[in-house]
Amino acid sequence: MASPAPAIVRPTKTGAELALAETFAAVRASLPGGPDVAAQRTAAFDTFADAGLPHRRVESWKYTDLRALMRDAKPLAPLPDADAKAKAVAAGSLFSTLGFRRLVVVNGTFVPELSDLSDLEPGVTIASMADALADPAGLPASYLGRTVASPDAVLALNTALMGDGVVVHVAAGASIPRPVELVFVTTAETPVAAFTRSLVVVEDGASLSLVESHEGPAGIAYQVNTALELVVGAGATFERVKVTTEGSDAVHLATMLAKVGADARFSNTFFTTGGAVVRNQLLLHLAGENVKAHMGGVSLLAGKQHADTMLSVDHAAPAGESRESFRAVLDGASQDIFQGKIAVRQAAQKTDARMLSRALLLTETAESCNKPELEIFADDVQCGHGCTTGTLDQQIKFYLMARGIPAKEAEALLIQAFVGEVIDAIGEDGIRTALAEATRAWLLGRE
Amino acid sequence: MAPLLEIKDLHAEIAGGRKIINGMNLTINPGEVHAIMGPNGAGKSTLSYVLSGKPGYEITGGEVIFRGVNLLDLSPDERAAQGLFLCFQYPLEIPGVSNMAFLHTAVNSQRKKRGEVELTSPELVRKVRELGKTLGIDADMLKRPVNVGFSGGEKKRNETLQMMLLEPYFCVLDEADSGLDIDALKVVSNGVNALRSPERSMLVITHYQRLLDYIVPDVVHVFNAGRIVHTGGKELALELEATGYAQYQSEAA
Repeated sequence: MASPAPAIVRPTKTGAELALAETFAAVRASLPGGPDVAAQRTAAFDTFADAGLPHRRVESWKYTDLRALMRDAKPLAPLPDADAKAKAVAAGSLFSTLGFRRLVVVNGTFVPELSDLSDLEPGVTIASMADALADPAGLPASYLGRTVASPDAVLALNTALMGDGVVVHVAAGASIPRPVELVFVTTAETPVAAFTRSLVVVEDGASLSLVESHEGPAGIAYQVNTALELVVGAGATFERVKVTTEGSDAVHLATMLAKVGADARFSNTFFTTGGAVVRNQLLLHLAGENVKAHMGGVSLLAGKQHADTMLSVDHAAPAGESRESFRAVLDGASQDIFQGKIAVRQAAQKTDARMLSRALLLTETAESCNKPELEIFADDVQCGHGCTTGTLDQQIKFYLMARGIPAKEAEALLIQAFVGEVIDAIGEDGIRTALAEATRAWLLGRE
Repeated sequence: MAPLLEIKDLHAEIAGGRKIINGMNLTINPGEVHAIMGPNGAGKSTLSYVLSGKPGYEITGGEVIFRGVNLLDLSPDERAAQGLFLCFQYPLEIPGVSNMAFLHTAVNSQRKKRGEVELTSPELVRKVRELGKTLGIDADMLKRPVNVGFSGGEKKRNETLQMMLLEPYFCVLDEADSGLDIDALKVVSNGVNALRSPERSMLVITHYQRLLDYIVPDVVHVFNAGRIVHTGGKELALELEATGYAQYQSEAA
């Protein structure tokens, strides 16, 4: 008996997918960039249209079924008016006293008058992504979509619809002591969508510290799809901290694509407390030898929050060192997902890669999922991964209480210690203090 | 003079229903040091946990009146603020929490609870350093996470430091000598003895007489099967060292 031909299943498009197609058709002509960018957008949208929104059968989205979590696609946010800009002045308050160079993006659009573009250090160039896309000789023409290849549908959607963002260039050998802060804020009072794309190029031997914050109003189901492409040159140093404190009903999808050259130092830390659905995906390509890469993350979640961190570290050259250290503190019925993939190519001998993710469940209804993946093609490497999920140590809690420390305060001390390991690894003093305070504020706000 | 602590017909079980404290009575006046001695499994450590409010024990009868309130109605932190201090047999390690931060939080939590002015950081640091000196606790031990990587002796000295800093009315020392060599035992005992005062009382739980050479009690109780079965002066400890607990075990049975 002949076996039946495999059925080709083409699932019906969801409402959100149809709406995104309509949006793309309606706005494609008016999106920034010349013919090359337009072609990039079309190809990207085709990739998205073929795949659709990620769902459970897409391995890297296994625990975050966007088809179910993103029922509809919101209309694109309009250009920020005076009112929207006025509301954005107070954004980024976590780091506002630290004197960083603030570059503000409101409802997906870079706003120069809210940004600090004065006294740029020699070697630093800053532009809006919309302007840079329109420049055929601009930085995006050389780098955008060329840092790390990925078939990810959410990234493809970003490429198709990217409106604005920030482009930062640091010339070879330039050391920039003052951190740059990208403040992304949604001020809309109705549910809108923003697609932002940024590009940071740190040339050989240069150094840059970048802070990125994302926030918006509570109770409004806005959608953010943001992406950052990064190129770190040989011997350069780059540190980034991304803080996500989006509003209670927001869907926040973030992609970072990073290509790192020989002898460079790369560090990235996620700090997530806000948003209904948060996805942080980081694709790191260690292109040169002797790279030292550190990745950390803290998720503090409550209620029905869902945060998903997906890392893919590609050791393509010898003697690279990567460290991944993630902590999740889960209250209510929140869910934290950690997926970490380490690939070691055959050429990448002497790789030393370690990954650890730990979750602390504060309730019986909180959930943590861990999925480590190692793909090793070289034979002289060290690779390790570990994950733990547990509750607060009741013996230690009693010890603290027996010294007069109330239960809530005892828990707070232990939780701060738990996430402190990640925060303490951040190089910038002021950022460490600000995140420790943010952790404390989150703990005090617990019910 | 009103007693500092009165345990009246106390009954307690561990979760699961096994009776551990079985009709215990004890009165301790201000300034007195009482020792409780007894064989392994007599319920001595359980007594210390029941007094300090450790979860996992069910009080099935009786009351514990301490400075005018029933301790059993209070949470562990409230008992501490009321002036009770349990010196742990095995102090716990707390990774990520520095010793100084822990001491600061403990002192100020208690002061806040009692409506007293909280200590500033410099005030506390000065006080901790002074006390630390008398116990051989250096600045490095104060910076390190609580008890992490401390030797048995260092942990006990750290317990003593907490006790001296918190100035409780009543200290329960649970097997304070376990894990100590003779030198460390002397340092800890000196710290404890320095705290003896007409207002402060202590309950020293031990199954060896040795500790009582250093912390000399006013009263010695023999504890077995969850209650006090015999009471005497300090010389009782020496008798027990010679005769063992066998006679009291049969008495209780």
